[in-house]
Amino acid sequence: MTFQHVLPLLDVPLHSPTVLQVLWLILIAVLWIGFFFLEGFDFGVGMLLPFLGKNDKERRLIVNTIGPHWDGNEVWLLTAGGAMFAAFPGWYATLFSGLYLPLFLVLVGLILRGVAFEYRGKNDDLAWRKRWDWAAAIGSFLPTLVLGVGFANFLIGLKVAPHELAFGDTTVPLFAGTFWGLFSPFALLGGLLFVALFATHGAFFIALKTHGVIHERAEAWGSKIVLAALVLLLAVVIWGNLHKELPGQLDALRVVAWITGVVAIAGLACAWFMNKKGRDGWAFIGTAISIVMLIVMYFAHFYPGLGFDNSLALDTPLDLTTASSSPKTLQIMTICACCLVPVVLAYQVWSYWIYRKRLSTANIPDDAASAQEERQGVSA
Amino acid sequence: MSPDTIARWQFGITTVYHFLFVPLTIALSVLTAVLQTLWNKTGNDAYLRLTKFFGKLFLINFAMGVVTGIVQEFQFGMNWSEYSRFVGDIFGAPLALEALIAFFLESTFLGLWIFGWDRLSKGVHLVTIWLASIGTVISSIFIIAANAWMQNPVGATYNNGRAELTDFGAVLTNPVFLWQWPHTITASFVTAGAFMAAVAAYGLIKTKAKGGPSADLVAYRKGVKLGAWVLIVAGVFTVLTGDPLGKTMVQTQPSKMAAAEAQTTTSDNAPFALVDFNGEAEGGRIELFPGFLNWLYGTDEVQGIENLRDQYATDGYLLNDGTQLPLQAEFADALKEVTDNNGDEIDPIPNVMITFWSFRLMIGIGCLAILGGVLLLVLTRGDRVPKPNKLITAGLIALPILPLVANSFGWIFTEMGRQPWIVNGVLPTLQGLSPSVGVGSVWFSLIVFTLLYGALAVIEVRLMLKYIRIGLPDVTPVTTQDEDAPLSFAY
Repeated sequence: MTFQHVLPLLDVPLHSPTVLQVLWLILIAVLWIGFFFLEGFDFGVGMLLPFLGKNDKERRLIVNTIGPHWDGNEVWLLTAGGAMFAAFPGWYATLFSGLYLPLFLVLVGLILRGVAFEYRGKNDDLAWRKRWDWAAAIGSFLPTLVLGVGFANFLIGLKVAPHELAFGDTTVPLFAGTFWGLFSPFALLGGLLFVALFATHGAFFIALKTHGVIHERAEAWGSKIVLAALVLLLAVVIWGNLHKELPGQLDALRVVAWITGVVAIAGLACAWFMNKKGRDGWAFIGTAISIVMLIVMYFAHFYPGLGFDNSLALDTPLDLTTASSSPKTLQIMTICACCLVPVVLAYQVWSYWIYRKRLSTANIPDDAASAQEERQGVSA
Repeated sequence: MSPDTIARWQFGITTVYHFLFVPLTIALSVLTAVLQTLWNKTGNDAYLRLTKFFGKLFLINFAMGVVTGIVQEFQFGMNWSEYSRFVGDIFGAPLALEALIAFFLESTFLGLWIFGWDRLSKGVHLVTIWLASIGTVISSIFIIAANAWMQNPVGATYNNGRAELTDFGAVLTNPVFLWQWPHTITASFVTAGAFMAAVAAYGLIKTKAKGGPSADLVAYRKGVKLGAWVLIVAGVFTVLTGDPLGKTMVQTQPSKMAAAEAQTTTSDNAPFALVDFNGEAEGGRIELFPGFLNWLYGTDEVQGIENLRDQYATDGYLLNDGTQLPLQAEFADALKEVTDNNGDEIDPIPNVMITFWSFRLMIGIGCLAILGGVLLLVLTRGDRVPKPNKLITAGLIALPILPLVANSFGWIFTEMGRQPWIVNGVLPTLQGLSPSVGVGSVWFSLIVFTLLYGALAVIEVRLMLKYIRIGLPDVTPVTTQDEDAPLSFAY
């Protein structure tokens, strides 16, 4: 059974993808959405850490808002990467090799922030903690920016061209652009959007999870960054959706992209409004809707070319039919995903429920680092 | 250096480095769960103190394992795109399932465990550490299944210019996997056992010398006993699983095993070579017990390097019994194209000296660690505590390092012995490389990763030593004032 039989409305121009191929594109979209929704706020928390926290206790409080969750959030990225490898090896191979240096930067960032969160509290030394706080901030900023630039590039379409291998009579599609070519004005805008949007998401998350001085400061910072995010989002949604059509793209999905883009803007506007009203929960839900819808918008552009521009490889395009695994592998993976994803979701939600309470610096015990800081404060 | 050499160095460095942390993560999480279970059952504070003490050391180690693990998943696509494209239909699934089943489990429940000391009930809190450690064990199943497939690509066919899955059950019952996994997991327990025994012995000796509290002595002694017994028992099982794994590899990778023994000619009376400094050349070799290898392998003939090379030239890649796996047979014509197009012949024999010595060092150093465990039990038998001296200090520093070195040589043997193949007998390693990644990029990432990993290693070891010196934490019940206070600020 092909996709056409299921949705006769869609006129599929290139190859006819199977139901499972479409399902796995959707599932991979879901994994990326989950990643950006969850890691989005803890990237934001990481980026804001040295700015929102004026002393060690405050920064400690901020790190502890995501303490039990950041590692689990990051697994969404690993699962998304693994699912791309398993379901669309051609996508994984061309994308990850084509974006070698950007992904290297993402890795360096993720290494820095992961170690920073775990190690900052392991020494009661102020200088040690400050260094790790900056490592966490840079390690959160770098992947955010690079992934933002990356997704904007996928919307434009990464240029691929056929490459001959030493065996077999087929060619493989490889990235045909350059590293510096990735930084087009639209892509930079996309990068800045992720930074601003995740920082807002993070600020509203901190506001939701704390009370006291950090709560107020997070609300105040969020109310400013959200405006920058709103402007950037408006630009990316309009510019992105006006972008020229890639080979094989469907009109119906371009409509979906417009609608989700507008909903993303509305979500962020709602977040801004709710933040002004002091409704932390609704403000956070607003940024969450905005992120989810933005990623849906991006993925609507990824059909059928998976974010590649095949205009140089029209005879041997890289799309969800040519990049895909065999039906057998997709079947096995589908069964596993159907059984396991609900379980994973259930216990992740439970872990957030356990740690749903707001935190405050009043609950943080004094230690050598905070004492050290007080002495410095007195002497200054 | 050629692009594939740099990419291989990067893979080697990042993988060996990653696997310094992995075995400790796997087995120490289980041992921590065991300690906490003992505390729940007995209510003995000694176990709680040990749980918190080793739990902290475990977490310092865990962070490094996690962040260096992300590199591994990305690296296949980044540096080895054509390998990924060729094997993704089979190799991708275990990686995806590893993340979905294992990584979510371990990260979520470890987060709950770290922050849950005062928030969760005692029973639920115990369940969280068990689920986290089960997650780490499950992750090892999937990644070893994936690696075993590279060593012995079963359940696959050559179709659409790539390897495609024909039998998922065959991949999961790959004989190499069935022995490699228990071998790896028991080696992990050797690693964690040695770590626990040495750290606790240091505490025991130091406390005794300083005349510290007897409660500390009691707790440390429990740590020494548990660690040393785990080390010894797991060590025995590592040896017991290593033997059938070797026999399996004789069948599936005859050239790897011929190189591992530096056996140049096929022989019905092959001796065991204790040392060999000349590789394929004559001399520089001490041989013991003629016929020992035939007995060990359970084969009438032990295949030699020269014969295997001749055989490859005439018949292509063959298993020890002269057959081929479907994928190896079906890809043979395409493989000929590779050699024709590149104009150079493939040497089916891996680097003999590296394979020979890594194999011996793995076994020798691993056995030394087991002996160390026995010695420690003897020294601390009854209520004896050895007096601190330089020899004991050196021994206690060496003990946790020995298994790490043995593990590393084990992987160097496994992976270097698989050469020249990235998929054994099918795809040459060179053909797996990413054609679109420039040499400069790989040099750059190799240098930055190496420097970053080096710096992190220094920080990690210093933190470990700091908390080992601080010793067992005091456990006083927390009194809670308000609703939010119970959340322990673990970071």
